[in-house]
Amino acid sequence: MTVAAAPRVSATPRANRKSRRDNRFAAWAFLLPALAYVVVFFGYPLAANLVMSTQNYTVKSFYTGEAPFVGIENYSAVLSNPLFSTAALNTALFTVGSIVFQFGIGLALAVFFNGRFLGSALLRSLLLLPWLLPLVVSGAVWRWMFDQDHGVLNAGLRFLGFDAVPWLSSTSWALSAVIITNIWIGIPFNLVILHGGLRAIPASLYEAAALDGAGAWQRFRHVTWPLLRPVTGIVLMLGLVYTIKVFDVIMVVTGGGPAGSTQTLTTWSYRLSFQDFAFGQGAAVGNVLIVVATVFGLLYLRSAKATLAEAA
Amino acid sequence: MKTANWPRTVAGVLIVAVLLFPLYWMVNASLQPSGALLRPDPAFFPVGGTLDGYRKAVSTQGPNLLSSVVVALGTVLVSLLVAAPASYALAQLKVRGGPALVFVLLIVQMIPGIVMANALYTVFSNLGLIDNYLGLVLADSTATIPFAILLLRAFMISVPKELTEASRVDGAGYWRTFGSIILPVSRNALVTAGLFSFLFAWADFLFAVTLTTGQSFEPITVGIYRFVGNQSADWNGIMATAVLAAVPAAVLLVVAQRYVVAGLTSGAVKD
Repeated sequence: MTVAAAPRVSATPRANRKSRRDNRFAAWAFLLPALAYVVVFFGYPLAANLVMSTQNYTVKSFYTGEAPFVGIENYSAVLSNPLFSTAALNTALFTVGSIVFQFGIGLALAVFFNGRFLGSALLRSLLLLPWLLPLVVSGAVWRWMFDQDHGVLNAGLRFLGFDAVPWLSSTSWALSAVIITNIWIGIPFNLVILHGGLRAIPASLYEAAALDGAGAWQRFRHVTWPLLRPVTGIVLMLGLVYTIKVFDVIMVVTGGGPAGSTQTLTTWSYRLSFQDFAFGQGAAVGNVLIVVATVFGLLYLRSAKATLAEAA
Repeated sequence: MKTANWPRTVAGVLIVAVLLFPLYWMVNASLQPSGALLRPDPAFFPVGGTLDGYRKAVSTQGPNLLSSVVVALGTVLVSLLVAAPASYALAQLKVRGGPALVFVLLIVQMIPGIVMANALYTVFSNLGLIDNYLGLVLADSTATIPFAILLLRAFMISVPKELTEASRVDGAGYWRTFGSIILPVSRNALVTAGLFSFLFAWADFLFAVTLTTGQSFEPITVGIYRFVGNQSADWNGIMATAVLAAVPAAVLLVVAQRYVVAGLTSGAVKD
């Protein structure tokens, strides 16, 4: 850039340096509130949580400010508690069960609504409603529908000649009940993202496949599925990251009961901290949860990056 | 080529009817007298319905609904105030460490809320922010600020540099450029970020139940939770409250549907 060509831009080296310094100063000024927020509201609490997990932190600690250091005692207490394996297994079952069905139903609906027909867009946007509702609302509705004596689900089963199911009061059914609720909540998210992925597949590929004599299933198997794979990866990873930490649904539908049969790592961490007031142990379970969520989170970022690279 | 494919439309309506049945059931139950809800065979239509449930909902949960409005609006304000300038810097001004900050924002979204609640509880109890509107707004913002920054940054990257450079050359400072160029052209993105912040804070249960004791105020989600937990559960009142708590989501879906879909997909697929 010559001086003559750009008379209005700062021309001398000194002015240039000044403007660059101004630029950096301005940029930091704009970033400052966000940086402060991250440090104060993420950095500090996470560090505090780590410290707390090595302390015997109780209600008394809030008044006295004293919480004796106990090393890994909280972790060993949590790991040797029989509830740990229950909560870990429930978390796995809840996550896998929710995701398999959310994804399967979401994909089927995405393919269905990808066809052009009257009302397709309107019906698809109506299906977003369950996703936008507060989870507490969805939980309350399903709890009412699961009611053993007055719930509509059992009324339907009785009508069809089956026995009523003790959805929420039986330790063998309660987990299914919360999974069903969570599947219902998760379908719209899967539908919308997968539908977006389907939209990006060029129609010419389907026309070519049809010319080659491919039937509907073959077109799905050889065109849709492979081309949708990057989006599929993202949806599944995000689903994992979200589902592992689900709290509201379980608290409202079963409260973790009966007899701990729907307790997950998240609800157990809540229980330890806020009902048993064993804050150190609650923090320890929370840290286990962070490790699990971060592993899946990093996998998600990798698959998201791969998708972006492919798209570029 | 749009053809009316009637069998598909009928199938689509049926699918939507099945999937939205729980919502119908909520409205149906909210309009029936408590006694009718406890009969073995449920009535599928609220004939001879009553607004009793809504009367109970407004009289017992009215203040809670108001509290939630305050918290949600506060969260929108704080989120946008912090996120908009930061996104401008990350998208338009070269900052060393900018990409690292973006990575941090992506990662902190993965932190389970219960961990944040546990940690914030101890911090807030030292600061006197338990049972406090500001405390709950700040806690809710931990979830909305990272999302808002990433969403706004993705949008502001696409604002042509010529636009902001021209404004700089004309003698406008960075703040002028931000206020008179960036914010107006980013209006849609700001609406989307604000909308999602509102919906999150309105729906938040975890921070609400851990960081308030119900002594000075109680958000509606906690109100419903305590209402449900009550053994003598009065389902038409609960369902009426649930309907009222669902209203913002439904209204936003109708009024701002394209923003909702834009936010939903940008959060998941874009960087």
